[in-house]
Amino acid sequence: MSEVLILVDAVDGKVSKSTGELATFAKVIGKVNAVVFDAALVSQLSAYAIDNVIVCTGVDVSKFSPGPIAQSLAQLVSTKSATAVLITSSSKGKEVAGRLAVATNSGIITDATSIDADLVTTQAVFGGSTTVHAAVTHGTSIVTLRSNSIEPIAGSGSPTTEEFTPTISEAAKLGVVTSTQPAVKGGRPELTEASIVISGGRGTNGDFKPVEALADVLGAAVGASRAATDAGWYPHTHQVGQTGKTVSPQLYVACGISGAIQHRAGMQTSKMIVAINKDSEAPIFDLADYGVIGDLFNVLPQATAAISAKKA
Amino acid sequence: MKIAVCVKQVPDSWAEKKMSGGTLDRAGVDAVLNDLDEYAIEEALRIVEANSATKEAGEGSGHTITLISMGPDRASEAIRKGLSMGADDAIHICDDAFAGSDALATSLVLSKAISDGGFDLVICGTESTDARMSVVPAMLAERLGWAQLTFAGSVAVDPAQSKVSIARSTEFGIENMEATFPAVVSVIEKINEPRYPSFKGIMAAKKKSIAVKSLADIGLAADQVGSKAAWSNVKDAVLRPARSAGIKVEDGGDGGTKLVDFLAEKRVI
Ligand SMILES: Cc1cc2nc3c(=O)[nH]c(=O)nc-3n(C[C@H](O)[C@H](O)[C@H](O)COP(=O)(O)OP(=O)(O)OC[C@H]3O[C@@H](n4cnc5c(N)ncnc54)[C@H](O)[C@@H]3O)c2cc1C
Ligand SMILES: Nc1ncnc2c1ncn2[C@@H]1O[C@H](COP(=O)(O)O)[C@@H](O)[C@H]1O
Repeated sequence: MSEVLILVDAVDGKVSKSTGELATFAKVIGKVNAVVFDAALVSQLSAYAIDNVIVCTGVDVSKFSPGPIAQSLAQLVSTKSATAVLITSSSKGKEVAGRLAVATNSGIITDATSIDADLVTTQAVFGGSTTVHAAVTHGTSIVTLRSNSIEPIAGSGSPTTEEFTPTISEAAKLGVVTSTQPAVKGGRPELTEASIVISGGRGTNGDFKPVEALADVLGAAVGASRAATDAGWYPHTHQVGQTGKTVSPQLYVACGISGAIQHRAGMQTSKMIVAINKDSEAPIFDLADYGVIGDLFNVLPQATAAISAKKA
Repeated sequence: MKIAVCVKQVPDSWAEKKMSGGTLDRAGVDAVLNDLDEYAIEEALRIVEANSATKEAGEGSGHTITLISMGPDRASEAIRKGLSMGADDAIHICDDAFAGSDALATSLVLSKAISDGGFDLVICGTESTDARMSVVPAMLAERLGWAQLTFAGSVAVDPAQSKVSIARSTEFGIENMEATFPAVVSVIEKINEPRYPSFKGIMAAKKKSIAVKSLADIGLAADQVGSKAAWSNVKDAVLRPARSAGIKVEDGGDGGTKLVDFLAEKRVI
């Protein structure tokens, strides 16, 4: 059976759902080996369809840029003769994949939304206007997959575990993290994993309260346009778009966002899009399944109240 | 200090893009300097200005900024734009054999040009707006065996100590990182506001040198680049039906309630 490596993705000591998605894709290809650098995460991995856990020891990857992770994976690719390595499409995940592709002389595909048993991937390119099927033709298939692409299947029993001590070169350890400031987190779901995202733009005029209130009655994540993050109204980590995050939720609600191409690049593949904008000519309406021409300060509180009333 | 900035010419983000034979059809659309690379050029200029006695980039600053670009003939337009912003000179790696190169081949070509140039720092954008892979800077660090300081929201350089430090900004927050030269840096678009080329800059750029190099000049063979060496293959590309605009209602005082009714009917809430 072919061996597949998946790189465990975790935030604040919690294995993220995207790890379960990687496992679900990997299961169709072959034996699922989850690679983890923090032994404390192992117990959480039985939740997902993972056959074997490889705990990499002796390297504190949090101190460096992606070099040591890529090097460890490269060594595992050769010891396991892996046919594929699946990694979450975060900025760091893509960098790990890039270095790994160089180190293993393998082809790389980024931002896929699926991979099948024959290692054929699906990608949505040009802001979601074109669907591309592609495959790696040389070496191991190095593929990064977007979060929220598949419903993770549950694990059946505990995976086996093994330890691996990679040899890390001095070059891979260049570039040292001297201190960190973790992203400020509220109680809301992670933007890329949420099934509903409510985003605010310049139209909020800095007041995100109505956006957050709607998000909270729906259990949704809050996003922002670049105009809003640039103005300092919302943290950069919440930016949706070309230079922010790409989201693909069941429902995306754009409030006071004009729909510039760079914003669309990050949300166009959402299953349903709703827009609330004062300007009936705003380009965001071109892709909205439902658009309300109106003031978000009237429409949002009314919608929030209507949802609360339905729940009561 | 010798700084290289990697810049790419890309189709205009506003243009409609199509596929042709498995790759992006570049012939039919306007081409521009990748806007994320303008931030890289601007940052290089600011690093030089902050560390030179004359407070100005260019001759006399004691530092040089070289643009490096791999691309077809007409990529020279994008290079000129970068030179008119204030970079000193450029290397344009241009060869018919490059057509269809993937990120692996691109990083191989760029790494050759970089290691031949004796640079202290290489600065890239975080992403080319056409391929949107965001992997070339990390691949360069891997190939060159240099420190990788990517996704920088701020950069500080101390030439006397050969030290560079950045605040790396990712979805997980900020990591402050440092390294000694040589290093590969990539910058995010929050880092600065790129300057517009001045008239003086545009005139000066006409006289600046662009060294055009072929595949052979950088010491690579034809089978190492181009579509034959692209290790991923597009099987098919289908245009998705354009997202058609749906229902649009004017808020007559009940816009919020109507919206909720619609969402409930569609069972999304
Ligand atoms: C290199 C580069 C990268 C970029 N990356 C991104 C990115 O990742 N993400 C991103 O979002 N943008 C990005 N941009 C910026 C993008 O081009 C737009 O400038 C930005 O998306 C605009 O944000 P906005 O829609 O909030 O603001 P605007 O375009 O100013 O739109 C505000 C909208 O709010 C409406 N409005 C105002 N008041 C109200 C009200 N009370 N009620 C309802 N509606 C109201 C207005 O009618 C208007 O349509 C990038 C740009 C560049 C050059
Ligand atoms: N053909 C190229 N020539 C020069 N620099 C490039 C080229 N392709 C990518 N780069 C650099 O690498 C960065 C990231 O590109 P990418 O990995 O393609 O998204 C860009 O912002 C450029 O700085």
